[in-house]
Amino acid sequence: MEIIILITIIFYLLSTAGYFAYLFRQKNYLQQTGYYLLAAGFLLHTIALAYAFIHSGNIPVKNLFETLSLACWSIAGVFLILQYKFKLKILGIYAAPLLTLVMALAYRLPKEPVQVENIYNNLWFVVHIIAVFVGEASFALACGVGLLYLVQEHAIKTKHHGFFFRRLPSLELLDATGYGCIIAGFTMLSLGLVSGFVYAKLVWGKFLSWDPKEVWAGITWLLYAALLHQRLIAGWRGRRAAVMAIIGFAAVLFTFFGVNFLLKGHHGEFTRW
Amino acid sequence: MDEIVLLGINHKTAPIELRECLAFSHEETLTALETFKASAAISEVMVISTCNRVEILLATDNKTKAAETAKTYLSASKKLPVAKFEQALYTHCGDEAVRHIFRVAASLDSMMVGEPQILGQIKEAYNTAGLKKSSGVLLNRLLHRAFFVAKRVRSETGIGDHAVSISYAAIELGKKIFGSLEGKKVLLVGAGEMAELAVEHLLRNKSGDILVANRTFERGVKLAQKFKGQAVRFEEIIDCLQLVDIIISSTGSPDYIITRDQVKGIMRIRRNRPLFFIDIAVPRDIDPAINRLTNSYVYDIDDLQGIIEENIEERNREAIKGERIVDEAVIHFRQWYENLSVVPTIVALREKMDSIAKAEIKKTLQSLSHLSDQDRRAITRMASAMINKILHDPTRLLKSYEAHGKNSDHLNITRKLFGLDD
Repeated sequence: MEIIILITIIFYLLSTAGYFAYLFRQKNYLQQTGYYLLAAGFLLHTIALAYAFIHSGNIPVKNLFETLSLACWSIAGVFLILQYKFKLKILGIYAAPLLTLVMALAYRLPKEPVQVENIYNNLWFVVHIIAVFVGEASFALACGVGLLYLVQEHAIKTKHHGFFFRRLPSLELLDATGYGCIIAGFTMLSLGLVSGFVYAKLVWGKFLSWDPKEVWAGITWLLYAALLHQRLIAGWRGRRAAVMAIIGFAAVLFTFFGVNFLLKGHHGEFTRW
Repeated sequence: MDEIVLLGINHKTAPIELRECLAFSHEETLTALETFKASAAISEVMVISTCNRVEILLATDNKTKAAETAKTYLSASKKLPVAKFEQALYTHCGDEAVRHIFRVAASLDSMMVGEPQILGQIKEAYNTAGLKKSSGVLLNRLLHRAFFVAKRVRSETGIGDHAVSISYAAIELGKKIFGSLEGKKVLLVGAGEMAELAVEHLLRNKSGDILVANRTFERGVKLAQKFKGQAVRFEEIIDCLQLVDIIISSTGSPDYIITRDQVKGIMRIRRNRPLFFIDIAVPRDIDPAINRLTNSYVYDIDDLQGIIEENIEERNREAIKGERIVDEAVIHFRQWYENLSVVPTIVALREKMDSIAKAEIKKTLQSLSHLSDQDRRAITRMASAMINKILHDPTRLLKSYEAHGKNSDHLNITRKLFGLDD
């Protein structure tokens, strides 16, 4: 089991190397190699998660290692789809090292799952977890695309066309990809929140218990809702959308880690270590 | 054995006045090829003449005489004393000539490194030589290798990648902003060669409608017709900003034609869709403060010039990789060339043996008149079998050295040992 995770990390690491080689050498086969290596890593990662699921009968989110691992798996999956759809080859230099780093850190954490009471493995629970994680993965990638946008925009505005100007795609493609990520992420997050409410009603008898995680998830959701609203109504695109995508992801990170470490609540167990 | 010799002048050695004087038109090239072909010293020849170079590529067994012939012809046909151009003339032989022609074809020797026209010009010169049947084994092989090297350099290095003209640099920038230029609407303000060139490049990239604004409406209409676009009045420019994506400006106006506040208002109506201003005018037409608004980008002529300079540096860096590919090709060509001289040596050796055997058999058979025809044939067969056996090892040795490209010493010794050059 651990060995599969280790091999997965090695695949992610190789993929990172592939994408960085592509960044410098600009040969298409390097980028393809990076993509296939990441896909192989994703496949192994899926096997590891499936094994954990069958072994325990639960979605493996019972400690920080497991949640981070599931988050990485979601990012890898969303990235594979994204690159397939938008052909944003260079995004690999963000996604692959992110996966490698987070997985390597998570690997060092204790892997003993905490005992959580009041968990019922019904459909709502599964939908809640998967939707929230896929949504957050999309936001993570939107943040990466936003960073690339800012780098490229800076190059064009300041008229110093260096290393990155030649290697990054057009602002239009970056903007469209970021927008796509946010729409996907927002849809999934909405689904995740709704299924979470339904689950709470079924299990605890109330939709909302003002748990800090719930509150912060709501704030995050509002942030992205505002971003989408402004884009549709006032045409917030380009730089402003990119900055918002980065701020939004900061909120996601706080909801994911900050709340658990700084505040107390019924989601806390999932990220204990 | 023929050697490759190249004589020429180019933009580095000769000023434009001299290059003009020595340039060959198509007809002049044909005449020159015929004259050179008739010369005893020259066995193959082609002439390359472009605005940056005039070069005569020869295969000859007497390079001093061939070079002399070429110089005399240049002087006579261009009515210019040899002394006038001798300073600028370079003469390369063997490997150096091969390297030179490879570099020229790969556009490493061009005034603008990486410019693509030179390859076409060399192909044309080669076709002309083919027309007069003045190219042979050596030049055919050399030129085919040159085309191959040029293709390799272009595909394996970034030598031709980045724009080195103002209008191309603007197009490249547009692509970095909009992704594809397809369907992007263009507003041309004013007129001018560079601005119109940029519009033509945009049209080639399938840009959308072209609007033309000119102080004189009539001139605007004429220009619009040229691009199949639409003329608008000068006062309408600001309203047009709602519709277009790319603005190319080139007027003689002393003041800004489009100001920051105007664009700021327009951006709200455009819902922040990006605007790209290309300001070719001096003094400038577009307020540079517009560049600080989000989603608007302003490039003036100096900015574009700066990009071109960066791109040229990049090309020069890529050219180093190109030189490596050329070096490799020169080595391969030399190997082929040296192989070429092995075969005649082996043939000459065999011919000499055969002629000795033939003479000796004849002498011997004259004194052995009692032999039957069958016996005579057996003796002849034995002699040729002996020659085959004797020559087997030397032939194999020469051929094996040829593969390693270090046969010249052995060839030399073989030729001396058996007196093949007598």
